[in-house]
Amino acid sequence: MRYVDEYRDARAVHKYAELLAKLTTRPWTLMEICGGQTHAILRFGIDALLPPQITLLHGPGCPVCVTPSELIDKALEIAMQPNMIFTSFGDMWRVPGSRGDLLSCKARGADVRMVYSPLDALKLAQRQPEKQVVFFAVGFETTAPASAMAVYQAAKLGVTNFSILVSHVLVPPAIEVILSAEGNRVQAFLAAGHVCTVMGYTEYEPLAAKYRVPFVVTGFEPLDIIEGIYMAVKQLEEGRAEVENQYARAVRREGNAGAIALIREVFEVVPRKWRGIGEIPNSGLGLRAAYAAFDAEKRFGAARYTAEESGECISGLILQGAKKPSECPAFGTRCTPERPLGATMVSSEGACAAYYRYRLHSVSQTGTT
Amino acid sequence: MSEFTLSCPIPISDYPQVLLAHGSGGKLMHHLLEKLIVPTFASPISADRHDGATLTFNGSRLAFTTDSFVVKPLFFPGGDIGTLAVNGTVNDLAMCGARPCYLSLSFILEEGLPMETLWRVVQSIRAAAKAADVQIVTGDIKVVDRGKGDGMFINTAGIGVIEHSLTIAPRMVREGDAILINGDLGRHGMAIMAAREGLTFETTIESDCAPLAAPVLRLIEAGVEVHCLRDMTRGGMASSLVEIAKGSGLHLHIDEARLPIRDDVRAACEILGLDPLYVANEGRFVAFVPQAQAEKALEAIGEGAVQVGVVLADAKGKVTAQSGIGVSRVVDMLSGEQLPRIC
Repeated sequence: MRYVDEYRDARAVHKYAELLAKLTTRPWTLMEICGGQTHAILRFGIDALLPPQITLLHGPGCPVCVTPSELIDKALEIAMQPNMIFTSFGDMWRVPGSRGDLLSCKARGADVRMVYSPLDALKLAQRQPEKQVVFFAVGFETTAPASAMAVYQAAKLGVTNFSILVSHVLVPPAIEVILSAEGNRVQAFLAAGHVCTVMGYTEYEPLAAKYRVPFVVTGFEPLDIIEGIYMAVKQLEEGRAEVENQYARAVRREGNAGAIALIREVFEVVPRKWRGIGEIPNSGLGLRAAYAAFDAEKRFGAARYTAEESGECISGLILQGAKKPSECPAFGTRCTPERPLGATMVSSEGACAAYYRYRLHSVSQTGTT
Repeated sequence: MSEFTLSCPIPISDYPQVLLAHGSGGKLMHHLLEKLIVPTFASPISADRHDGATLTFNGSRLAFTTDSFVVKPLFFPGGDIGTLAVNGTVNDLAMCGARPCYLSLSFILEEGLPMETLWRVVQSIRAAAKAADVQIVTGDIKVVDRGKGDGMFINTAGIGVIEHSLTIAPRMVREGDAILINGDLGRHGMAIMAAREGLTFETTIESDCAPLAAPVLRLIEAGVEVHCLRDMTRGGMASSLVEIAKGSGLHLHIDEARLPIRDDVRAACEILGLDPLYVANEGRFVAFVPQAQAEKALEAIGEGAVQVGVVLADAKGKVTAQSGIGVSRVVDMLSGEQLPRIC
């Protein structure tokens, strides 16, 4: 398969591993931001090929994981309303709020449907004008253009039975939280390739300069990831702190101008609460006043909902790279994909889910990862 | 001995209601079987947890199995609910090493189902039964109110005769066995998903739905000492291997680079973020045979057959896969169905 097989070539990956071993002279701690990269690292075993001095921490880039319980609770409340079709991406189905998940909501009779794009939800609303159709708009900058397009089209076409429950979050503010935290261990970042496909990487340039950390925009295949790590370590070893682009086949410095314009047309930057981390200023997107009619929170009166996170779940520390999933006392025992304490255990991009799925046996056998 | 108990063995606090995931072939379904069903009907015959039961009557051995079919849409590229209903049960019998002989056929029809649809399904059942060399000998029809069924559900049960003395079960798997499969993976699941969700790709992915008795009987007739067979349906190859690893107490190791997966299936899985190891098949099985007989077995199974792994004894009841870049990882069963990811 073109554009995939070339980037899974074992010989090329091992060659980079050798180069990296030669290059590395001392311990370095890197963070891959995106949960998709975390899963690729564990699924292919890329971490096992790195020199022992390099530590990878797993970042907050799983949109499902950082969606706070209270927003899931709002989703459940909206989904249970009569005459409602609640649509969502598949991997939100099993994420627990404080009172269950969408899958159990469906078992109680709610009409919860999986869609592949918010535009499919909009089509559903047009086909069933007698129903309310809500789309759970979750994701980073990567999925925001599609949500924006659905709302933009709904406004243009006058589809009044469509709305979205917005939970869009932005990457750079979360990185700044990590960098400015006391005891931050992260010395370089692999920036998420798909986010940068939309937004470009100019936003990282001031962060690299201010905190003196290298950023490498990185893809998702094994060769991408090991090359991204190589480029980041090379910067560290040479004392540079720049923004470099490993994923040049998909990412331009300025990003996708059309997508950015659409996001700005429909959304404005707002503060957002992140699961396990708390509220981060300017870290999310909310609908602009001109599109407020499409805000499901306002339409269905679920706006003032709050919920406490599970006390035992340390996903906040995991999402900030302060702990690894295997360091959690509940990991694999009181917290499993069947009975999750937090979203990081059930999301397809969650770090805990990746450790559970690809490493559980080695964790339980040796006590390390 | 366990006594009859009135309290539900699955704590209400865990799952007060049945979820779709309880029928996915993953961990939740296994919890349901292990806690609620198997102990309630404790029988030495079902203890093997195979695709069907092996029964002995006056010295002759029969295989007996049943399966229900609830697929949506009823018609999909490469088959329909009728071909599935025949092949699913035929294949469960084949996995016991039996020659499938007789099937029952029960319909649960939804009021309002077009007669034309029923007729098409009946015709394809006839064709599939002919292809698999089985007779439909008994059956039933029930009709439920409109809205209470998805057009049509089918249940089939089947009886086959075992004409050899091999015991085919997970506990017969031995260290050093070769792990073989009979063809490319993941086509049925992706064909259904594409048809259900209206996803269109450059090519149409057709289900691999097919009867498996012929290749299994060829294996046995060739004199291969078959240790275990399993059709890799719901939950895909990964779930079948995890079940057998648990049943045998051995370590199954596969090499991902050897797995045959068609480019269109791989591409569709990449786009949706699915792992083809967990995608359903309806005409694929895994066979465990002594390594010394692997060549002979591959020849007997026929075109498309390939060795994908070996059985080791260095760990208990686990499955590992060597990734394309040469690093080993654990393969576990999923809780429920694989869900497409966000981005």
